[in-house]
Amino acid sequence: MKPISRRKLMTGGLAATAGVAGLAAAARMAERYGLIPPDHGGIYGPGETLTYAAQRLLTTHSLAREFSRSMISKSPFANETPPPNDSFKRHQASGFSDWRLSVDGMVARPASLSLSDLKSLPVRSQITEVVCEEGWSYIAEWIGTPLVEVLNVAGLLPQARYVAYFSIDKDWWESVDMADALHPQTFLSYGMNDGDLPVSFGGPLRMRVPRQLGYKSVKYITRLTVTDSMKSFGKGLGSAEPEAGYAWYAGI
Amino acid sequence: MTHWITVIAFFALLISGVEIVISHPRFYWGEVGNVNTAPLFTLHIPSSRDTVPTGYAVLPDQNGWSRYLHFQAAWAAVLTGLVYAISSLWTGHFRQDLFPTPPDRTWRAFWEVIARYLRRAPPDEAEAHSYNVVQRTAYLSVIFVLFPLVIWTGLAMSPAFDSAVPAAVNLLGGRQSARTLHFFVSGLLLLFLIVHVTMVVLAGFRSRMRAMITGRATVPERALERT
Repeated sequence: MKPISRRKLMTGGLAATAGVAGLAAAARMAERYGLIPPDHGGIYGPGETLTYAAQRLLTTHSLAREFSRSMISKSPFANETPPPNDSFKRHQASGFSDWRLSVDGMVARPASLSLSDLKSLPVRSQITEVVCEEGWSYIAEWIGTPLVEVLNVAGLLPQARYVAYFSIDKDWWESVDMADALHPQTFLSYGMNDGDLPVSFGGPLRMRVPRQLGYKSVKYITRLTVTDSMKSFGKGLGSAEPEAGYAWYAGI
Repeated sequence: MTHWITVIAFFALLISGVEIVISHPRFYWGEVGNVNTAPLFTLHIPSSRDTVPTGYAVLPDQNGWSRYLHFQAAWAAVLTGLVYAISSLWTGHFRQDLFPTPPDRTWRAFWEVIARYLRRAPPDEAEAHSYNVVQRTAYLSVIFVLFPLVIWTGLAMSPAFDSAVPAAVNLLGGRQSARTLHFFVSGLLLLFLIVHVTMVVLAGFRSRMRAMITGRATVPERALERT
């Protein structure tokens, strides 16, 4: 091996210093522009942060692919979860007439909306694919109101950074950043393929986040909360999924 | 250096990829596919999900860390690949060491090397320091065909990436086609790995490892130098 010359040592040292300084500056910029996911800690943090930051720079306003009516799956797979608990069964017995969605947190007017309140908001539909992290998928038409309409009713405060949402099943809660919360295809869905949303597919109310994997599309939604930080929710990793070992950001 | 980072990343991708497949060991063609639709083919292995009918007991779910590891290792592999590609263009590694030399760009030259392998004839001394046409073709295929394909088919499975670049998945014939192709390309990479390691072992594991780590080849007394 040749001895390293002084010039090489100096240029190498300068390059390394510039690299470290560059990384530190990049980290500050990333934090400022919301490119750091809540589950950025741990050994998989670097990969997760790279994925989330790259996706956010690339996909802020892009629309998930929509399909023609003829592409709707004839036999979609519900991945059926049994109706989660007694409280749900009582709602189901009464035809979900008392189902409420509460909206709280960093909003000007906290609200509690019935299904008919939700149906009086602008109705939209989308034919998009549900993509499970396991590998399978199906296409369905989803009918509902964009989440942004509900957030507008409640009056979003400017410091909002995440919208957390909760199932009647206590173990299933999620959150999305504002790019996905305000995205026109992020729906609170109550209809599927021209009918009511079946219970096995998340009825009476399911969040649809078509730019992310299926586990972000939480079933049986009862509550939304707007926040500037996910630190005080659960273990502070952003949602229930990272606590079970899965990534918070599921756009991959 | 880039080679060994790639080795670590490749094994991480392989192990985590197998774990992810175990959660749904069925493959489809086209846009959609699930247990209610006919598969293109099924791997007859147990699954980590009770929703997949396999006939075997259900395995524990390992997808969480597998997915985190898969994507982190993919970043490591892609960034390392970029460093390798840029530095190879810079130093002329592709041109000098990997593109077959003009006299070798014939089928005849290719088959002659294959025939020598089949006879297990010792290589000439030049091969201690450079690659023969079959090796060059294999390495170029991995670098310029299989790696780009495995990255493309992988990205095509990202719902967010597809929203920005719909052609990434549409050109492959749909999401499930992308997944099936990703599986096959990974299989080809694994096949390359097996042949590659076998050749290193046949060529004399110790001397080749020394060459691969230090970058200096020594011509052993028995010139069996084939990797």
